[in-house]
Amino acid sequence: MNPPRAINPLHVAGIAALACLIALPFVTPAYFLHIVIQILLWGFIYTAWSIMGRFGFVSLGHGAFMGVGAYVPALLWNYEGVTPWLGIPAGVALSVLLAVVIGYPCFRFRVIGHYFALVTLALSEVVLRTITAARDITGGSLGMTQKLAGHSWYALQFPDKRYFYGIALVVWLGGLLVWRWVDRGIEREALEAISEDEEAAASLGIDVMREKLRVTVVSAALTSVGGSLFGQYLAYLNPETVSGIAVSLQIVFAAIAGGMYALLGPTVGAFLTIALNEGLRVWFGTNFIGAANTIYGILLILFIIFMPRGIMGVIENLRMPRRAPAPAPAE
Amino acid sequence: MLSLAAVSAGYGSFRALFDVSLDVEAGEAVGVIGPNGAGKTTMMRVISGLVPMDAGAMTFDGRSLDGLSAHRIVERGIAHVPENRRLFPRLTVEDNLRIGAFIPQARAKIAERMAWVYDLFPRLKERREQLAGTLSGGEQQMCAIGRALMSGPKLLLMDEPSAGLAPLVVQQVFDLVRRIRAEGLTVLIVEQNVQQVLEVVDRAYLLEVGRIHLAGSSAELKNNDLIRRSYMGL
Repeated sequence: MNPPRAINPLHVAGIAALACLIALPFVTPAYFLHIVIQILLWGFIYTAWSIMGRFGFVSLGHGAFMGVGAYVPALLWNYEGVTPWLGIPAGVALSVLLAVVIGYPCFRFRVIGHYFALVTLALSEVVLRTITAARDITGGSLGMTQKLAGHSWYALQFPDKRYFYGIALVVWLGGLLVWRWVDRGIEREALEAISEDEEAAASLGIDVMREKLRVTVVSAALTSVGGSLFGQYLAYLNPETVSGIAVSLQIVFAAIAGGMYALLGPTVGAFLTIALNEGLRVWFGTNFIGAANTIYGILLILFIIFMPRGIMGVIENLRMPRRAPAPAPAE
Repeated sequence: MLSLAAVSAGYGSFRALFDVSLDVEAGEAVGVIGPNGAGKTTMMRVISGLVPMDAGAMTFDGRSLDGLSAHRIVERGIAHVPENRRLFPRLTVEDNLRIGAFIPQARAKIAERMAWVYDLFPRLKERREQLAGTLSGGEQQMCAIGRALMSGPKLLLMDEPSAGLAPLVVQQVFDLVRRIRAEGLTVLIVEQNVQQVLEVVDRAYLLEVGRIHLAGSSAELKNNDLIRRSYMGL
């Protein structure tokens, strides 16, 4: 028999927040809902990146998985009429394959740190170039529009944003659950050990290769799903907005700014970047195009110097002042 | 128990070990002594699967170790306390120990083994919540040994346990080795501190420039002129 559990104020707050999120689409205007959907979808993708990023496996290639996730179901739908319910898993399969093809040799030959980041950076550019070069089917840099099917579960297309809001909310929560699942158990400690000293970890019986591949594959698969849903939501794909170095760097920036070591950090990062983007757009209109990137750049420098654990990292330190401040992530 | 037969190994085109043969019987403590750069650490890394063997054969408990990756070798019952301890400095002492029990057969026994390690090294229990990087040198060595013991090994490989420690602490570390022996573990220990290590091992090998030059009981080696002159300064 279980003793009656004490009511945890954090749980109450979490349930209240969730209730608000569920009620949200019924009370907000469409524009606001559009912003929240973007925050949830990007938050999910940033969470997916941080699942591996927080162990020092810094990938600058997640734009590749996002691009694959976005384009595979769209192409299958437009040309073969295959439902995204099959197209999305196909995208995940291709992303996982890419992750293994890149990850296996990197992990086998101990390509870590900056070198790993550079390899993955190249990957994201290769995917971008491939999409652009296949312009006969992808529309190249002009982008492509999905064949519209109206309101359809089969085509995963909904003119009513509230449906996508629901999907984004469920998927985002799913991402948080995967994070918790990675956190539970000894694998998390193994990953931390690997990130501190791979050889010492190996000498203690940790299969470094398997642990790294596993977390990479999980991260790539989730990112791919995020890319798919983003494509389905926008019903328009452009290689520059779903793939390539710019997207990869945006993922890294948002995750660092929000705090990649905390469960909600990446989501906070999504909130921050999207609020910034929209705010600049509304305030400056078209007078100041490109300002967002400049401000991103400045903020990134400031964050890395003064808040290497991001906003959530600072909040955690405030909440637990007794614990020694955690050192900056090793590069 | 452990047997190396004509093992050669190196890094790329550089060869560090030539035809090294060595045996460790169950319950023994065996030392490998020799100067810097003799290949002692490489030998330990070959045994624990971190460096591949170029030629020769290794067996443990009658089964071949050839070509096994590092985690498989730990599963066979060989634990490695690496040179310079290689703790995870940003994890607590207790987390370091827990990671030592990563292999499947050890996970079920984490609580039991941790109690045993804390029993063996009460100091670690006092420091359990502390980050490993904040321990003193001697405590770090304790933590590294404890971490290795968590996998429940039959054979413990210790690479230069006294390196970088103050003389008084070196004494304490060799006391730890005695305590581990008393627990019935077999120990293979690599050391530059020849005088001290010959006090705790039964037999020793002299490794120089990648080859075994001498082998004998501790008493024999202590009275060997070459060893006395070159390694003990007597």
